[in-house]
Amino acid sequence: MRERQTPPAEKIALDTVDREILAKMQGDFPLCPRPYQAAAERLGISEAELLQRLQRLLDARVLTRFGPMVQIERIGGAFVLAALAVPEASYDEVAAQVNALPQVAHNYRREHLLNMWFVLATETPEGIPAAIAEIEATTGLKVHAFPKEREYFVEMKLEARV
Amino acid sequence: MSALSAKEPAVVLDAVDRALIVATQAGLPLVAEPYAQIATTLGIAEAEVQARLQAMLASGVIRRIGAVPNHYAIGWTANGMTVWDVDDARIDALGAQVGALDFVTHCYRRPRALPDWPYNLFAMVHGSSRDECEAKAGQIRELLGAACRAGDILYSSKILKKSGLRIG
Repeated sequence: MRERQTPPAEKIALDTVDREILAKMQGDFPLCPRPYQAAAERLGISEAELLQRLQRLLDARVLTRFGPMVQIERIGGAFVLAALAVPEASYDEVAAQVNALPQVAHNYRREHLLNMWFVLATETPEGIPAAIAEIEATTGLKVHAFPKEREYFVEMKLEARV
Repeated sequence: MSALSAKEPAVVLDAVDRALIVATQAGLPLVAEPYAQIATTLGIAEAEVQARLQAMLASGVIRRIGAVPNHYAIGWTANGMTVWDVDDARIDALGAQVGALDFVTHCYRRPRALPDWPYNLFAMVHGSSRDECEAKAGQIRELLGAACRAGDILYSSKILKKSGLRIG
């Protein structure tokens, strides 16, 4: 699957209903024939309005996705944080090379000598060293892998602040 | 390299579960009857789509179904990866306490990469400003106390990619 780069989010104004959607729809989406209608009822709006608002939030990239979040380790896969020290002169080129791999789930520029941090997600544990080898071959840079040794907490649910 | 925290054996997906993940990993259809549409695509009954999603939620293959916000776009413009060099003998007890702080969204123990990278505890903090992140990092530092030899905070200055995982 060809990956597209994430463009910056558009600045759109969020109203009370948008904030309610963000607060109440990060999980527990109903499993019934008309789930948007059921979710819309909880919010006190119509199904059509909810669909329209979700489309707008996705188009503006306020939401990156609406759907299931898969825990790849539960199906025998692996999820590893890794970093590169990228020379500034070739930063954009290296970002494009790294992002081209479908195994790269997300990638952030960070302010440090290690200035590119990405997460590799693969369906098998063997996929991780293969992806690392591919990135090292393509970029000519050493990949520093930081596999988790223990997970103390993970729950990324942030309410809207705008 | 498998995680120590994965206590249960991996779930084996059949071809239909896998096809269901591939069909929905970029998002659910924004139509009145999304499960019926997916069912048509996969050639199975709508009730089976719902039942399989329910089973994958129960087994933890799917963490949740819902909106995945771009946290920058909803006001969390300062995002810091705090990293700490914590005494190996105390990291697990302290890591659990850091993970329990209500503002920490991810908290992991990871290997050091000496000599350049002495840090073994990673905790993500978020705020509307760097000052807010610094204050949160300060609380973590205080909690770690004498067991912590050094720390740093790496702010993200650009999202280069955020597609989520993709199989297929």
